[in-house]
Amino acid sequence: MSIELKMPALSPTMEEGTLAKWLVKEGDTVKSGDILAEIETDKATMEFEAVDEGVIGKLLVAEGTEGVKVGTVIAVIGGEGEAVVPAQAGTGGGEKPASAPAPVAAAPAERPAPAPRKADPAVPAGTNMKMSTVREALRDAMAEEMRRDSRVFVMGEEVAEYQGAYKVTQGLLEEFGPQRVIDTPITEYGFAGIGTGAAMGGLRPVIEFMTFNFAMQAIDHIINSAAKTNYMSGGQMRCPVVFRGPNGAASRVGAQHSQNYGPWYASVPGLVVIAPYDAADAKGLLKAAIRCEDPVVFLENELVYGRSFELPELDDHVLPIGKARIMREGKDVTIVSYSIGVGFALEAAELLAAEGIEAEVLDLRTLRPLDKEAVLTSLAKTNRLVVAEEGWPQCSIASEVMAICMEEGFDHLDAPVLRVCDEDVPLPYAANLEKAAIIDAARIAAAVRKVCYR
Amino acid sequence: MAKKPTAAPAAKAAAATEETFALRSLQEAHAANKRYAASDEELLHFYEQMVLIRRFEEKAGQLYGLGLIGGFCHLYIGQEAVAVGLQSALESGKDSVITGYRDHGHMLAYGIDPKVIMAELTGRAAGISRGKGGSMHMFSTEHKFYGGHGIVGAQVPLGAGLAFAHKYRGDGGVCMAYFGDGAANQGQVYEAFNMASLWKLPIVFVVENNGYAMGTAVKRGSAETEFYRRGTAFRIPGMDVNGMDVLEVRAAANIALDYVRAGNGPVLMELNTYRYRGHSMSDPAKYRSREEVQEMRDKHDPIEGAKAELLARGVAEDRIKEIDKRIRSIVAESADFAENSPEPDMTDLYTDVLVESY
Repeated sequence: MSIELKMPALSPTMEEGTLAKWLVKEGDTVKSGDILAEIETDKATMEFEAVDEGVIGKLLVAEGTEGVKVGTVIAVIGGEGEAVVPAQAGTGGGEKPASAPAPVAAAPAERPAPAPRKADPAVPAGTNMKMSTVREALRDAMAEEMRRDSRVFVMGEEVAEYQGAYKVTQGLLEEFGPQRVIDTPITEYGFAGIGTGAAMGGLRPVIEFMTFNFAMQAIDHIINSAAKTNYMSGGQMRCPVVFRGPNGAASRVGAQHSQNYGPWYASVPGLVVIAPYDAADAKGLLKAAIRCEDPVVFLENELVYGRSFELPELDDHVLPIGKARIMREGKDVTIVSYSIGVGFALEAAELLAAEGIEAEVLDLRTLRPLDKEAVLTSLAKTNRLVVAEEGWPQCSIASEVMAICMEEGFDHLDAPVLRVCDEDVPLPYAANLEKAAIIDAARIAAAVRKVCYR
Repeated sequence: MAKKPTAAPAAKAAAATEETFALRSLQEAHAANKRYAASDEELLHFYEQMVLIRRFEEKAGQLYGLGLIGGFCHLYIGQEAVAVGLQSALESGKDSVITGYRDHGHMLAYGIDPKVIMAELTGRAAGISRGKGGSMHMFSTEHKFYGGHGIVGAQVPLGAGLAFAHKYRGDGGVCMAYFGDGAANQGQVYEAFNMASLWKLPIVFVVENNGYAMGTAVKRGSAETEFYRRGTAFRIPGMDVNGMDVLEVRAAANIALDYVRAGNGPVLMELNTYRYRGHSMSDPAKYRSREEVQEMRDKHDPIEGAKAELLARGVAEDRIKEIDKRIRSIVAESADFAENSPEPDMTDLYTDVLVESY
């Protein structure tokens, strides 16, 4: 009986990968534990091991094929002594020359990331654009700033030799060397303190947390040491440090690894808190954060790292901190969001457009200082507002935006402001429960219909 | 068979001896040359600095009692020889210092104007932190004094960060990071030890062991009460130093700094000292006997010790009296200044939250 070998999922967020290399050929006998192939995920190159014994029949996906979806049949193993059944399986179809493995056409890349529909006015009109993932944009931002200023260095767990747990620091060690790209032991409290102290001592540290969940161990230095020192010293002692890393729910990693800390840090005077959505903002704002004289918490999102967006081809793409951005213009209602929530909001706007509701999507981009003016200006235009936030509802950015609308935008409101947040529970593991706990476009669209009385 | 020794354990034992030697070598060097050979003028200077700290702190205690100083106020009385002895060994403008909340003495040891320190204690605009930091949060980046930190132990990784910056820039500076016997039980201290040793950072870790973590005697809170040994697990050599004798402190500091400046990585110094007052102004210090305090004051006081030595050397008593008199007037002046200078302007409430405008 033949066994189908399927493209494996090798990370919590992997949806597709590159079949980099076959290490077996048709006709080879393999046993459990033999390495069959090398597969590149968005994070790393992984070895794919055999679990079953048998003879390699057909290799259905050629090496070098990119964008192979998880679950695609990539080869067939025949039982011992069995004739190999030429495969019908596989997404590439059956008719192909028997002599060579037929490459499977790369599956269409994951559905395109919901992209802004309105150009960022901060980018000069007519600028050439190229496609870039958020991951590459962040790396390029760090590399450019490191080239520009020798005081900038990157420190964190697995940032150097491993090339970044999420590959965000890929290639930096090679270019800048171990003096400026520094692997730490697993010791968040300690290296957050060292980074903060180095900033007090005049350097420009970029401190990576593997995820912001682990920064809970270090939050004392972020708040008590970094955020408050300039004030406590009467402006004498600055602390230009950047704390960055993925924030928010990832995928199926359970409650301790899935939390949005945006509201926590955004409540602290003395910090700048940035949470970009697309590649252009990730790059332009990380560069701004590194140059900034104040301590910055820079919240990324693992699920967005691999998404591709247009990125302006500028020598020095730096964006202003503290300015929200209209991602899509609309006249009927405003959806305020940030980080991954912007993607859901843009999807919702698309759904709503089909129903005749023109939603304006406002990406806050910076959570502190919060661009109140942009929120109120959009509210004055649409008179209805929904906040979408991938995070808990209580004491959230959503509650803050609602308070601003009540305090300063009441006269413009034609309906109560609603918020769409994650469910008020620790994030569950089970796929169905996790899905039910996290915001999505449908829920945002439903809230918009409510405030539009539709 | 079992009796036959194999080569491997012997080699391991030899390595262990070597390591033990390395970790104790500074202590041995210190034991061999305990006291710094100060000139009369140097010793007079140390005496003057210690008297300044003592009188300043006594005055601060008084002003606290009068309600002119608020909040938490931790006095350095009894510990003067530590800051004076250690800081006298640093190169000003090159080396950096960071400490916890018991920080007045370290500021004064830098020669920072007592007026701006006292004015900070009374929360006035002329204070070194413009009245916005208070007793626990004073800084002087001009002197490379980086505070003034209120969270117990936090200054230790911050100090390692300052040392990291010295090394990164290659400016030849060393960071001296002070913390107490209480802070020595915080986990982040050991995270900092590990990285400082791993990366050979130029830092001297200084445990000011005054015997009590607030109200908890060292032996009630610490499984290992010999703090200088606590670097062993990180291959950081330790030194056990009498913190009540300014010349012993200075001699030990020289040994530690030579070792660190040579690129060998950190040193852990334990300075055995004593605070005569409570942990803070509101601590009645009922956890120890009057006799214990009196014994330290009578037999180990760093200022009396220095004075006795000066007299024994034949330094004229008048010179000592002249110093005492001058310090009293400096401290009185600083108290007047602190009491009479204006509070911060209301607009200062909103300044210095962030450096830039967004």
